Amino acid sequence: MSEAVVELAGVVREYPGAPPVRALDGVDLRIGAGELVAIVGPSGSGKSTLLHVLGTLDRADAGTVRIDGHDVGALSDAQLSALRARRIGFVFQQFFLTPGVSALDNVADGLLYTGLSLRERRDRAHDGLAAVGLTHRETHRPNQLSGGERQRVAVARALAGSPSLLLADEPTGNLDTVAGRGVVDLLHELHRAGTTVVVITHDLDVARSLPRQVHLRDGRIERDAA
Amino acid sequence: MSGRDVSGVGVEPSRLRPRDVLRVAGSGLRARPLRAVLSALGIAVGIAAMVAVVGISASSREQVNQQLDALGTNLLTVAPGTTLRGETAALPADSVDMVARIGPVTTVSATGTVPDAAVYRTDRIDSGQTNGLAVLAARPDLLETVAGTVAGGRWLDDALGSFPAVVLGSTAAERLGVTRTDGSVAVSLGGEWFTVVGVLDPVPLAPELDSAALVGWPVAASLLDFDGSPTVLYERSAESQVDAVRSVLPATVNPENPEEVTVSRPSDALAAQAATDETLTTLLLALGGVALLVGGIGVANTMVIAVLERRSEIGLRRALGATRAHIRRQFLGESVLLAALGGVGGALLGGAVTAAFAASRGWPPALPSWVLAGAAGATIVVGALAGAYPAARAARMSPTAALTAT
Ligand SMILES: Nc1ncnc2c1ncn2[C@@H]1O[C@H](COP(=O)(O)OP(=O)(O)O)[C@@H](O)[C@H]1O
Ligand SMILES: [Mg+2]
Repeated sequence: MSEAVVELAGVVREYPGAPPVRALDGVDLRIGAGELVAIVGPSGSGKSTLLHVLGTLDRADAGTVRIDGHDVGALSDAQLSALRARRIGFVFQQFFLTPGVSALDNVADGLLYTGLSLRERRDRAHDGLAAVGLTHRETHRPNQLSGGERQRVAVARALAGSPSLLLADEPTGNLDTVAGRGVVDLLHELHRAGTTVVVITHDLDVARSLPRQVHLRDGRIERDAA
Repeated sequence: MSGRDVSGVGVEPSRLRPRDVLRVAGSGLRARPLRAVLSALGIAVGIAAMVAVVGISASSREQVNQQLDALGTNLLTVAPGTTLRGETAALPADSVDMVARIGPVTTVSATGTVPDAAVYRTDRIDSGQTNGLAVLAARPDLLETVAGTVAGGRWLDDALGSFPAVVLGSTAAERLGVTRTDGSVAVSLGGEWFTVVGVLDPVPLAPELDSAALVGWPVAASLLDFDGSPTVLYERSAESQVDAVRSVLPATVNPENPEEVTVSRPSDALAAQAATDETLTTLLLALGGVALLVGGIGVANTMVIAVLERRSEIGLRRALGATRAHIRRQFLGESVLLAALGGVGGALLGGAVTAAFAASRGWPPALPSWVLAGAAGATIVVGALAGAYPAARAARMSPTAALTAT
């Protein structure tokens, strides 16, 4: 068995309120290096919360979270930021590209917090855009790109720092079927190249096309099928 | 894959280069240019007001200094003052010669009031009406002593002094409506016709000459019943001796009653006039400060709104690895940049206002460099204060809350 990029044990995340919502209720999950995993489940089952915990954007209330070998609970906010800057890449349903900024510079921003010079960031962004097949779109702004192209730019940005873990939250949620399939194909390609990818989706077709599906319901893992 | 270190030491910390802080802050402003310009405007108005106020008062002071340089500060005027019984005292007829005998004195001249002489353009005016113009007998060296100049025509030299010729002060010429000095205009002076041979420029060191009609000493005696006693002496000495001369003047011109004599230094009055502007300057400066404060509140308001609107951007940046400090620096930088934008605009505007105002008055434009340094410092402080709260708020925002906000 390969090294674990993700190791969750008994993870609980509860949102305060009356009554409090247990978004994650004792999750155990191990994801090895180079895996391509789908996290599926109905709306409200805790998928996004799980992604935030995996991405160290949110902390577990109980249990242990190890990402890329680091015990997240023991790290300071600044150390978690460092982990995100260098080891974790995010792709969001809403793309979150900066309007009015070229595709190249949007991708280069994926390296903004690594302390690399602008020139180096752009050099790597150039290669990153080539890897997602968008070299011809470098100077285009987000509003000049199709939805599928935007999401590919966002994937290139997430990959710019060569992260150990790529997290995608409903990456096809805002795309039509054809564009969505393009993005899923891209994730398969990354998987073949060795990247560890976790994809959140409520689209069962998308989930079925991936090698492993983790089914979530009411904050618990209901089924983990390879 | 590397970095198995549990403590997190194996991961290099996030880093945002200082020039990237600037770049990120600048791009935040560029994304909403109209809003940036409008909120910088408040700062610009405050800075412009302060720069212009200081610039205008510096220009006015510079004008007075240059004027004093040109006119000299060594002129003293001696007037007889009033007697203990309240009558206007007279100076002895030989007082001019007595003053001339004081060692350091280089020039001395005098005017003498011709009593009961009115000046009219025609002789058909009711003699009960006065126009506030004085008739003065003037010695030939008067104009040079007070550093006066003729606007047109000529001055009363030795040759003209015995003829019915008159030179008008600038105000007098204006009131009488006299512009021609070619000998074609005559005015009625104490019932006699005098030909206008010259008109003076305003005399800053002897403004009393502006509203006077000046005639030669001999003709005043022969035609206008002038008794020949001087009313005001004008005296210049070496600059270093002015105080010494000043102390001996009263006893020299009026040995019996020196306390009746008033000696004054007209250049002091000019300098004092410039100094009275200081109070007004301070007041206007305070008003500029209030405008700057209001501008700062505008910037703070813009930044608070920006932080609320850009929650998902903040979340994205945290996801890309920004620390709280990086987020705080970004918004603080944006606020300082916004204020600096207003500061630069305001300094340019204030400089332009100063230049235009100085030009309209014929003053030399002056803008002390500490004003610009002060304006720069003030904008940075205002920007930092205005941005402190919104930036702290942005930094405190939890990444997930920022991302899940629409
Ligand atoms: N910030 C929050 N505060 C309170 N409840 C939340 C918050 N975020 C999510 N939840 C709740 O937690 C549960 C899981 O949400 P989420 O992880 O977003 O599910 P999914 O992504 O699968 O739709 C839901 O019941 C949701 O209402
Ligand atoms: Mg979700």
